[in-house]
Amino acid sequence: MFTPGNYFYNGVGHVTVKYEKVLEIGYRGIINEAKELLNQCNFGDGDYATRSRFLQAVIISCEAVIRYANRYALLAAQMAQKEKDPVRKAELAQIAKNCSRVPENGAASFWEACQSFWFVQQLLQIESSGHSISPGRFDQYMYPYYKADLDKGVITRSDAQELIDCIWVKLNDLNKCRDAASAEGFAGYSLFQNLIVGGQNKEGLDVTNDLSFMCISASAHVFLPQPSLSIRVWNGSPQSLLLKAAALTRTGIGLPAYYNDEVIIPSLMSRGLTLQDAREYNIIGCVEPQKAGKTEGWHDAAFYNMCRPLEVVFESGYDKGEFIGVATKPVEEMTSFEEFYDAYKAQMNYFISLLVNADNSIDVAHATLCPLPFESCMVDDCMKRGKSLQEGGAVYNFTGPQGFGVANMADALYAVKTLVFDEKKVTMAELKRALKLNFGKGLDDVSVGDMAMGIIRGMQAQGVAVGSGDVAKVVAQIRSMDISDADKKRFAEILEMIDQVPKFGNDDEVVDAFARDVAYTYTKPLQYYKNPRGGMFQAGLYPVSANVPLGAQTGATPDGRLAHTPVADGVSPSAGKDVHGPTAAANSVARLDHGIASNGTLFNQKFHPTALSGEKGLDNFVALIRSYFDQKGSHMQFNVVSRETLLDAQAHPENYKHLVVRVAGYSALFTTLSKSLQDDIIRRTEQGWK
Amino acid sequence: MEYLETKGRIFDIQRYSIHDGTGIRTIVFLKGCVLRCRWCCNPESQEYAIQTMMVQGKPKIIGRDVTVREVMETVEKDRPYYRRSGGGLTLSGGESLCQPLFARDLLHAAKAIGIPTALESMACAKYEVIESILPYLDQYLMDIKHMNPQKHKEFTGRSNELMLENARKVAASGMTELIIRVPVIPTFNDTPEEIRDIARFADKLPGVRRIHLLPYHRLGQDKYDGLGREYLMKDILPPANEHMDMLKRVVQENSKLICQIGG
Repeated sequence: MFTPGNYFYNGVGHVTVKYEKVLEIGYRGIINEAKELLNQCNFGDGDYATRSRFLQAVIISCEAVIRYANRYALLAAQMAQKEKDPVRKAELAQIAKNCSRVPENGAASFWEACQSFWFVQQLLQIESSGHSISPGRFDQYMYPYYKADLDKGVITRSDAQELIDCIWVKLNDLNKCRDAASAEGFAGYSLFQNLIVGGQNKEGLDVTNDLSFMCISASAHVFLPQPSLSIRVWNGSPQSLLLKAAALTRTGIGLPAYYNDEVIIPSLMSRGLTLQDAREYNIIGCVEPQKAGKTEGWHDAAFYNMCRPLEVVFESGYDKGEFIGVATKPVEEMTSFEEFYDAYKAQMNYFISLLVNADNSIDVAHATLCPLPFESCMVDDCMKRGKSLQEGGAVYNFTGPQGFGVANMADALYAVKTLVFDEKKVTMAELKRALKLNFGKGLDDVSVGDMAMGIIRGMQAQGVAVGSGDVAKVVAQIRSMDISDADKKRFAEILEMIDQVPKFGNDDEVVDAFARDVAYTYTKPLQYYKNPRGGMFQAGLYPVSANVPLGAQTGATPDGRLAHTPVADGVSPSAGKDVHGPTAAANSVARLDHGIASNGTLFNQKFHPTALSGEKGLDNFVALIRSYFDQKGSHMQFNVVSRETLLDAQAHPENYKHLVVRVAGYSALFTTLSKSLQDDIIRRTEQGWK
Repeated sequence: MEYLETKGRIFDIQRYSIHDGTGIRTIVFLKGCVLRCRWCCNPESQEYAIQTMMVQGKPKIIGRDVTVREVMETVEKDRPYYRRSGGGLTLSGGESLCQPLFARDLLHAAKAIGIPTALESMACAKYEVIESILPYLDQYLMDIKHMNPQKHKEFTGRSNELMLENARKVAASGMTELIIRVPVIPTFNDTPEEIRDIARFADKLPGVRRIHLLPYHRLGQDKYDGLGREYLMKDILPPANEHMDMLKRVVQENSKLICQIGG
């Protein structure tokens, strides 16, 4: 149904700290602030014990960071002494000087600022092993240092570009150990360090600058999956920035992702951010917006598979013979679509409440067992409140679990409505049987196991003692079960009828309105729940890559999806079901309510390289993005690679070690992905033009 | 608003086309053609009659009768994309001018609601027909396939005098942006001399600034099988990129036209 495993096994990460604070005053400055606050504490204060300990922990961890940097300074100095090449010798001497100055002190040059940034970025990930530690608006907080050095004439644009390129390489150095399930859900060794350029300042003015362009160039230069580069887009975004971004997209690297200010800013305000803070948003991890340095967002709090509750509807609350949901009426007895849809909503609501409980339990465990003083000292108002982020020290607190399978459920529920209730071409009993038997397309081991489990639990419930011999017998019976030719024929007819029902993604207003409502079954209930840090839940609609492994646990669905195949990713239409081109798909997706999914939505499109060829290709591509955004889409990302290339890469991975593709809210090396995830990417409808 | 009720016959509507006119466009393919070009990639467009074509082993009905209003419902769906890209409606075929009233009223309907228009056509019709649509036409993408009347007739079934004459008249009218398009077909018109002659002719047309060289492709081949027809160009390979580049240089050396390869 869902998994909160991401935060169960390791740190939460998913934060953008106030890099600018470290760049400005250094950790010495933060230590001084902490000491000052500590001085103001009185033994008699109610929270003296926790507050003073927290501030002391901040001081200890910041001192450790300074010592850590000084070790680099020492090593670089030693290396400089031995170095014969005068150019490298000078570089090492400079590195030694930089590391002895920052991050202890404020940065006095662009190079020092880069060095300081890197220490912060690296150490945050070492502190908790959380991922999605996102640099955020790098082009904004680094710009003053770049500008000052340029004005002083101590740096050239190409020197600065080289330093940025170096950071881009370093961002690919880090990795983390994951549990097996998370490794599938977050496939491809990504650390989701999202770095965003362009967009507005707190006064609503566009603040694209030279560094915004240089960041795009850096991704083109190093051609590596990290950082997860993102672009903020609004009416005031310079066309030149978008064309530069589109040229990067054209290389097939899957970067950057495009975000719509005009949806995200009001969406964040609806969750309590001030206008000024909302305008300064950046993206965490895949697609999750937040205000840097003020937020503990728990942006990736769980994967929630919207298809599974429908399976439970068909079993009246049971799953594999075990009662796990809400007791809803047997589907065969339902007389209206409303009744069926209500049963789905009832199961959804129940599992959402379980999800909330799971997340909140883990939340409490983090606060109790692993508060993070280093991370917390760079997010407001932890220091003033004397509380870590984990204990609710941030100004804004959220929990954002992400749902996926919107397209499957829209298509499935619409098919049930059309075929069973409106046109009465299929009975509910027939449909239930067809789903259980995977439309006669064969049962894999998972299906056999699930069915055996159901039968055995049923026997046990009736008081039958089941031994291991009985289990083998049941399994053998299921395996040898013969589906009659008449059944097979009927299942094929049902599949054909389902195929004829209009699908989400084809610019059909009726189906699209339906999909909008289906998405609400996840996004609306969630927003009424609270987390232990004093914040609220907010929904995202994006899958990372979990639509593949969680799809593998999901039986056949009434949209014609066969058992254990991937579920649709994000808010994208089901793979191959959108057949009227990219504008039709984008129009459909834009009809969902992206604003309420304030933890982000994800829309994938795949293009053939010819689609972006020439200047005209880029112009039209940018126009496509802007038009989707005009219609209140929130996010868009692209794979630009031919199907033939991907198939060849699958067959000959040794020739494609550098092939980077867009997976979900991030890019990864294609050859590091599992076969089934590779297949999923190949299957995504390829939009081209003739 | 009577023009919304005009009926016509189409065989496809293709959205998000970027190779036939400015920006992102919706192409409406009108059924029926006066020519029978051997290389035609839309053989199902040639007959006005509704046909059955086998597509991936399944029979598919080609052609349906619709009103302008019905077509415009689809065309309007991509208005945000036209606005951002300068795109709009393109009529193609077949030869749209075979359905003069329908073509005119489609273009009229688009212009009436502020959607830019283009027409891809051979200009193979009486000039009065063309004249009637010009008030509603922003871009005319006119095919000129060959300057030699005999060769034109041999490969397309018709001589070229009428079309060349219409090209001159359309250009002289100044009512639309005229762009010349040349399908580059090996064995038909792919020598430097043949392309040079077309370029020189186009260069003399008042107001014409652009010429497109469209390399022959074989994407339509399966359709001939699907229609039970023989494909006469089986042994012809698409022109090499280098050859297309050479022809582009020929155009540039012999005219002031801006030449691009592909639409």
